Amino acid sequence: MGAVDVTFKFGGEAGQGVETTGRAFARSVVRAGLHVFGYQDYHSRIRGGHNYYQIRVSDREVHSHNEQVHVLLPFTQVTVNEHLREVVPGGAVVLDPALGIDEKQIAATGARPMPVPLQQIALNEGGDVVMANTAATGAAAGLVGLDLEVVSGVVRDSFGKKGGPVVEKNLKVAAAAYGFARDKYARDFAFKLTGRKGSPRMMISGNDALAMGALVGGVKFVAGYPMTPGSPILEWLAAHSAEYGLVTKHAEDEIAAVNMIIGAAQMGARSLTTTSGGGFCLMVEALGLAGMTEVPIVVIDVQRPGPATGHATRHEQGDLLFLIHAAQGEFPRIVLAPGTIEQCFEAGYRALNLAERFQCPVLILSDAFLAHSPRDLPLEAFDLNVPIDRGDLLTEEQLDTLQAPYLRHAVTESGVSPRALPGHPKAVYPISSDEHEANGHICEDAAARIEQMSKRMRKLETARGEMSAPIEYGPREAELTFVTWGSTVGPLRSVLELLQAEGKTAHIVQIVDIWPLPVDKVEQALQGAKKLVVVEQNYGGQLATLLRACTDVRPAALINRYDGRPMTPEYILRRLQEVA
Amino acid sequence: MTMVDLKDYASPVRPTWCTGCGNYGIWNALKQALVEAGLAPHQVMLVSGIGCGSKLPDYTTANGFMSLHGRTLAIATGARLANHGMKVICTHGDGDGYSEGGNHFISTVRRNVGIVDIVQNNRVYGLTKGQYSPTSPQGFVTSTSPEGSIEPMFLPLAVAIAAGGTFVARGWSGDTEHLTWLIKEALGHRGYALVDVLQPCVSFNRMYSYNWLRPRVYKVQDEPGYDPGDKTAALVRAQEFGDRIPLGILYRTEDEPAYEEQVPALAAGPLVQQPLRTTSAEDYESLKMEYV
Repeated sequence: MGAVDVTFKFGGEAGQGVETTGRAFARSVVRAGLHVFGYQDYHSRIRGGHNYYQIRVSDREVHSHNEQVHVLLPFTQVTVNEHLREVVPGGAVVLDPALGIDEKQIAATGARPMPVPLQQIALNEGGDVVMANTAATGAAAGLVGLDLEVVSGVVRDSFGKKGGPVVEKNLKVAAAAYGFARDKYARDFAFKLTGRKGSPRMMISGNDALAMGALVGGVKFVAGYPMTPGSPILEWLAAHSAEYGLVTKHAEDEIAAVNMIIGAAQMGARSLTTTSGGGFCLMVEALGLAGMTEVPIVVIDVQRPGPATGHATRHEQGDLLFLIHAAQGEFPRIVLAPGTIEQCFEAGYRALNLAERFQCPVLILSDAFLAHSPRDLPLEAFDLNVPIDRGDLLTEEQLDTLQAPYLRHAVTESGVSPRALPGHPKAVYPISSDEHEANGHICEDAAARIEQMSKRMRKLETARGEMSAPIEYGPREAELTFVTWGSTVGPLRSVLELLQAEGKTAHIVQIVDIWPLPVDKVEQALQGAKKLVVVEQNYGGQLATLLRACTDVRPAALINRYDGRPMTPEYILRRLQEVA
Repeated sequence: MTMVDLKDYASPVRPTWCTGCGNYGIWNALKQALVEAGLAPHQVMLVSGIGCGSKLPDYTTANGFMSLHGRTLAIATGARLANHGMKVICTHGDGDGYSEGGNHFISTVRRNVGIVDIVQNNRVYGLTKGQYSPTSPQGFVTSTSPEGSIEPMFLPLAVAIAAGGTFVARGWSGDTEHLTWLIKEALGHRGYALVDVLQPCVSFNRMYSYNWLRPRVYKVQDEPGYDPGDKTAALVRAQEFGDRIPLGILYRTEDEPAYEEQVPALAAGPLVQQPLRTTSAEDYESLKMEYV
């Protein structure tokens, strides 16, 4: 770990601006040249309840949140009740005396209550109690010695749209709270943040990175139906549609959404839909349609705990086996499971390429933790000049000179048939959800069935050869090998750093290209593993099941979690003691 | 106008419809209307679902998409938004359009996407051998309604008008000349055009035969003073279904823009003809600055 490793936690009711405040503070920290990992925990309600936003700050890259809090900023008594035990000895609880929070209770745990009259400052300096959130950001910055100018810059950007007076008032509130906390508490507070010079960095979460990846990958048509935690992708693409020349359609339901993208993709528009597991359930029949008719589509499932409504705003990785098997019958599909922000960006454009190359559905399996948790990245982390590969797509010129009748499902060695988009006089053809011949017409002949079925399934084997090897962290010869997928790799990388700090080590194998499973590459990565522990956020151990079914790998143990809360490094280490 | 001939639409695949099936009349009227409109097969996308009528694209040389039961309009909406340079025409049955696809029906009408929607309405499930459909009359006895169906029949034209439909019409397979005219008018409509077509199912709906329908149907344009621009009057006619059954364009307005006319990105032409990346590298680079 770095010399600096400080966590801030803002907590309060839904509607109190916990997320906005936390995000603004995190952005200030990134602008000060430090690294952050943001974690958001909220309930499925618009008002009330208990939400929090946690920001871990370091002078080195941060891969996950953890269980220690150095500065707690409660907007409610509930926040203190829930999180006081996480505050480290000597850590601060910055509270507004107006909230009537019990200070003795705080002091009794070794934490330090630090009253700051946030609402009073907001009223005095800004004239509106709403600005107490800005005061909280200012107070947190003043306490740890963050440059006031950085906070002011974020305030200017956040409130700029609301006009001069609002910005000015908020700036005054931030400065006053900053000064109050600095003058009264900073001198003997142990945890400090020192800004560093550096080039500008982005603070971005998985959903936004995925949407941006798809946009630069040339997505032209998007349809979706809102469902947490997948809707921000739909909203992001809708917001950028007019400017970047794409069509985003909020459909009447998920069934319409997926069928719309199939219609659009057949015409030649690169298309995607985004949802969560429940919405994906509704899309399943159409998934088979895309498989049968060989229409390239991309479906994003941002997982949340199931079944049914499950935990609407929480985290789980319970859809892996479902996505691999969804829909009746057998057909090729590709499943990508990004686990980092960079991998989300890459999956966004790569899925569009793979869909057109293999003319089949490509599913991106993200999850709530990945979707919502921002990290800071250098601008160069996303190279926007991404490769665009439309696969075996016949050009206008090739179609003009076509000699033989065009066969949409021509039998080939790779299984991929040259694709003509509807609209050319030499390539007029039907496609059908019924089994069909190479020319697309419906056919119940046994030989034709075998021919088309095996042609389609050959694409799966062709694709398997192109699936990337798992990503590895730490030495292969370590005593312990963790196998994982999705965002769980973040906490695992923090575990690796903790082990390294104690002079130990571990090997992590993260499978991103998860279906068709590149069996040889996975087996090779796990060949010398001494003790193999699968780590994933579900009840049954779905990756472990997949490994047993498809490879010679036999995991020794499973570390899992299914309470809707993402794993922390501490959680993994505790469970490791049980399974070791 | 392109020179198009009926033979251009001929397919080597022969229909499997029963002798006397109403689908033949609809099929012939559609092809005739396309020829008269000067549309060549490569300029047309026929989208269907599942059912006897949904096999029409298989028997027709044109771009076709035989999709899933009930999802015809959703597929067609995506196709039209991706390429509004192409005529998108749906052919699907009453079960597909009004039952399994009921939600899509209401939403597509409201949306006014430029689709011609021909619903082959035989008031029964034919391909699954004779169960009652949403347009079957109340009390209709079938294998799934042995005591007679309890639901009152669905009135597609009334629903379409109430949902904001801009072209609401009915034809019948026994009068292909009139149906050809209707489909041609629908092809010239700006937004979503519903052409509900009454057709006998000679195998599973003996009750609603040619002889039952012929004396009952009448054309609204033959009614003195009928104005297809009068929505209230149209809504009254749309609920008429008994001794007299209205045919023709019950309601039409060309004052409402189609959905695709109102999408900013489509002002530059059909989506599939636009480049995958439409603006400068600097514009894309500025996306990152939203996060700094």
